[in-house]
Amino acid sequence: MDLLATALPALGEAFSLIVQPEQIMYLMIGVLLGLSVGVFPGLGGIAGLSLVLPFIFGMDPISGLALMVGLIAVVPTSDTFASVLLGIPGSTASQATVLDGFPLAKKGEAARALSAAFASSLFGGLLGAIVLTFFLLIARPLILAFGTPEMLMITLLGLSMVAILAGRLPLKGVAAAGLGLLIGTIGESDVSGSLRMASYSIPYLTDGIKLVLVGLGIFAVPEIISLLRQDRAISKTGGLGAGWMQGIRDWWANIWLSVRSAVIGVLVGVIPGLGGSVVDWIAYGFTVQSAKDKSQFGKGDIRGVIGPESSNNAKEGGGLVPTLIFGIPGSGSMAVFLGGIALLGYDPGPHMVRNNLDITYTIVWSLALANVFGAGLCILLSGQIARITTIRFTLVAPFLFMLIAFAAFQSSQSLGDLAMLLGIGLLGISLRRFEWSRPAFLIGFVLSSQAESFANQAVQIATIRFRNDFWGGMEYIFSPVTIGILILLVISVVIGLRQGHQILGDSMPPTGAKRAPLIFLLAITAYVAVAVYDSSTINVMRDKIFPVTVGIVTLLACAALILRMKVRPETDVVFADLEAGGDDAEAPHGLWATLAWFAFLLGASALVGFILALTVFLLSFLRLRAGVSWTRAVILTAIGIGFLIFLGGTLGRDFPPGLLQEYVNLPWPLT
Amino acid sequence: MKTLNTMRRTAQALLAGTATLALTTAAMADGHKVDLSGETIEFVIPFSESGGSARWANFFAPLLSEALPGNPTVVVRYRPGAGSTAGANWFQEQEVNDGTLIFGTSGSTQFPYLLGDPRVLYEYNDWQVVLASGTGGVAYLPPEMAEMMDGADATGLQGTDFIWGSQGATRLDLVANLAWEMLGMNVEPVFGIAGRGDGRLMFERGEANIDYQTSSAYLRSVQPMVDEGLAVPMMSWGALDGEGNIVRDPTFPDMPTFVEVCETTPVCSTEGPQWEAWRAFFIAGFPAQKMVFLPAGASPELVETFSQAFDDAIARDDFAELAAATLGVYPQMTRDAAQAAFRLGTQVDPEARSYVVTWLQDSYGVTLE
Repeated sequence: MDLLATALPALGEAFSLIVQPEQIMYLMIGVLLGLSVGVFPGLGGIAGLSLVLPFIFGMDPISGLALMVGLIAVVPTSDTFASVLLGIPGSTASQATVLDGFPLAKKGEAARALSAAFASSLFGGLLGAIVLTFFLLIARPLILAFGTPEMLMITLLGLSMVAILAGRLPLKGVAAAGLGLLIGTIGESDVSGSLRMASYSIPYLTDGIKLVLVGLGIFAVPEIISLLRQDRAISKTGGLGAGWMQGIRDWWANIWLSVRSAVIGVLVGVIPGLGGSVVDWIAYGFTVQSAKDKSQFGKGDIRGVIGPESSNNAKEGGGLVPTLIFGIPGSGSMAVFLGGIALLGYDPGPHMVRNNLDITYTIVWSLALANVFGAGLCILLSGQIARITTIRFTLVAPFLFMLIAFAAFQSSQSLGDLAMLLGIGLLGISLRRFEWSRPAFLIGFVLSSQAESFANQAVQIATIRFRNDFWGGMEYIFSPVTIGILILLVISVVIGLRQGHQILGDSMPPTGAKRAPLIFLLAITAYVAVAVYDSSTINVMRDKIFPVTVGIVTLLACAALILRMKVRPETDVVFADLEAGGDDAEAPHGLWATLAWFAFLLGASALVGFILALTVFLLSFLRLRAGVSWTRAVILTAIGIGFLIFLGGTLGRDFPPGLLQEYVNLPWPLT
Repeated sequence: MKTLNTMRRTAQALLAGTATLALTTAAMADGHKVDLSGETIEFVIPFSESGGSARWANFFAPLLSEALPGNPTVVVRYRPGAGSTAGANWFQEQEVNDGTLIFGTSGSTQFPYLLGDPRVLYEYNDWQVVLASGTGGVAYLPPEMAEMMDGADATGLQGTDFIWGSQGATRLDLVANLAWEMLGMNVEPVFGIAGRGDGRLMFERGEANIDYQTSSAYLRSVQPMVDEGLAVPMMSWGALDGEGNIVRDPTFPDMPTFVEVCETTPVCSTEGPQWEAWRAFFIAGFPAQKMVFLPAGASPELVETFSQAFDDAIARDDFAELAAATLGVYPQMTRDAAQAAFRLGTQVDPEARSYVVTWLQDSYGVTLE
């Protein structure tokens, strides 16, 4: 075969280039850096690459590539730690892992979940590398077959996952997703720059709300608060239960699921413009759809970890295809990677693939080797690191608040980030309490700007095509690819609607009085109504049509829910309220008192800057809430602060300044 | 709100003044020699890690580090947001005058400033320019469309519906939109793409049938398509000579410039308000596209130090070779040349400005208030 005749010798040459002591050393440095950066929520490939970029210039190209690829390849491996152990999405690529990984950790099966996740990551990563090898030579026509209508369809396919993740009441899922879509439109529109639910006098809002903040606010804040209210360890049993060998066996037992998810990961990664943050949701949705027994999903089903984790590492291999063939980055970290390759003196694009195939293939080898090193290291460490779930959570929580506040601040380096985190955290807490699907909300948010841009662009191009020639327009819209995805989409929605309610089993949620769920619903409805009114005042049609349409659909869903609340008794599922029974109701600490601690950290940061506020917060929290001795509190605080300063210093990041810093010049890190 | 702002600014200015005094005294303690050893210099750009400006800044950062006295570490920091106005507004408020902060802008920062965008709170004239980098741009067509042109006469293209992917009406793309309109072409921009690379991909997919790229991207990604017969260059935007005339782009000496195409095409005129507007925004957007600034309060010694460092970096033997791949072959200007470029890039004739503002409103419904 022609393909093999080109690929194999170059692969061999590339292998001999990479297996040199120096190159392997750089690869390992990259892997270690990537693992370290990936562990922290909110920091990912971009932060890691920006760290090494200053040193890339003038390096030997193979070593430089090994360093960068090693780093990128393992970020989706180690980000699993935060997702599984702490319920915090470690990066945007492992949001879906939280859904089942964290409940597993709560059951005391953290080590099992982690090793299953790493085995899946390794497999996905290797599959991605193999696909990259051959796709590099043939993918050009495939990628070019994905025009705007095709990308719109893929985006809609992602949105269709809402159907299966909607929870007990599909209507609530629709409303949650609609709200996510609407919140995604806040700020300047990508199309013509009209403002939606924002004003130039609040510059923070014009840029829209960042995904990191939404991920942290919707998943991390509610979980941390909820755990903190119950004064015990994450693992309910206090132990670790099944070990890491079990996880690997689990992965092997679900090998086909892993293959399917990895293929999804590669495909979504290959198509430029979709971005990595949908991959895990699509994989999770398909995992649930294809499972026979759905009753454990969301409560700790190991398959819910294997699916997304197989896909998110495979995505990196896929994402390198357009990056290398077209020189077009598929994601933020790929964009930085492209810049790095240029510093090494190569220009990614058809030329590089054709003329420097051996150099290009060292990227493939680096990817494969990095996945093996990275996942191997993580599996070895998983048993140890999983012990964090057996520590009393009250001692862990203040440091988590520290980390998520620091991570949130990285999104635009303004105090607004912290305020927004608190606001979205409140929304997340309410969504969780009243059983509105948080995944549905997040999927809506993630896909909002893509859905709007692709829809606008596809309509605009199609209109021009139709104007010229009716059949030309039809051909443009209904290509074989769009029809294929359309069929998938219909199947996905049908399966989702039929079987979605099975996810949480047949148990009834606790319900209480009508008042609290109704107030929340009315608040959401009011926001949506205001958003629709606000968008309807925009005079540029293409900036207005999307939020208005989505808003009206959401309003209809809300209206139907209000109606249902009116006619059904207090015991109906529509009144689900976790505060009315179960873990939350029985927790020894109140919701507001616990949230107040977090608000205190943010408020104090606004006054005296983050580091000073954090010192006070950690000391007082550890002493007053956790009840440890002053000596221990001081030592723990010093460790926490020291660590954060080290992190900020190495990554070259600042900390949020407060009002005090406006008037007094303080040395770093107090600035 | 306004009084509050003024009060805050006054307070800040006072504080900053004191701080500057203290800092400058410290920096100047050992005579006039600036020594930056052990320092970390932040090279802030108001863009994300992915754009051309990041490429440009990361290209200069290591060279600058080698050329500055004391070889300080130079790190590139990213402050994206609001189409680069957020980062520029932030820089306007900075009072770091010890040389550890420099700021890089691009055409996307200049255009909102020139157009009077309401988000602009920065003032270019407050800053001190130490480097200006130029670039050019090339428009290209699919081969079958290019055949409809009669030499440099674009009249044959007037009956066709063109589509292209554009980042936004008020961005650098307005130079292209206006040029095509002047040639009587019917080009419909599809707004909302994330970068010029995505526009090129649209062209490759056949969804767009016209496009333009800045020089370095053209050389890297479009030239291979031209070699394969998939694209044909239509014209370059041109380059500026010493007297302010638009001449052929030195990187593309065989391509006609827009001026030549306009002169050959009967409907297009190189006189009048429309032409003046195009010329003004072309000059603001391309020959002075990217600039490096020190904050308002930086001492003359610091400005001299950085100017010298950029001079040294540009004078390196391997500079041309290094720059060709990343920046293209364009003038890298310092000192007086940078000043001249700065004036070109940050000033437009009020008539040209109001012409463009009205045109944006009429053609794309974009209002700037």
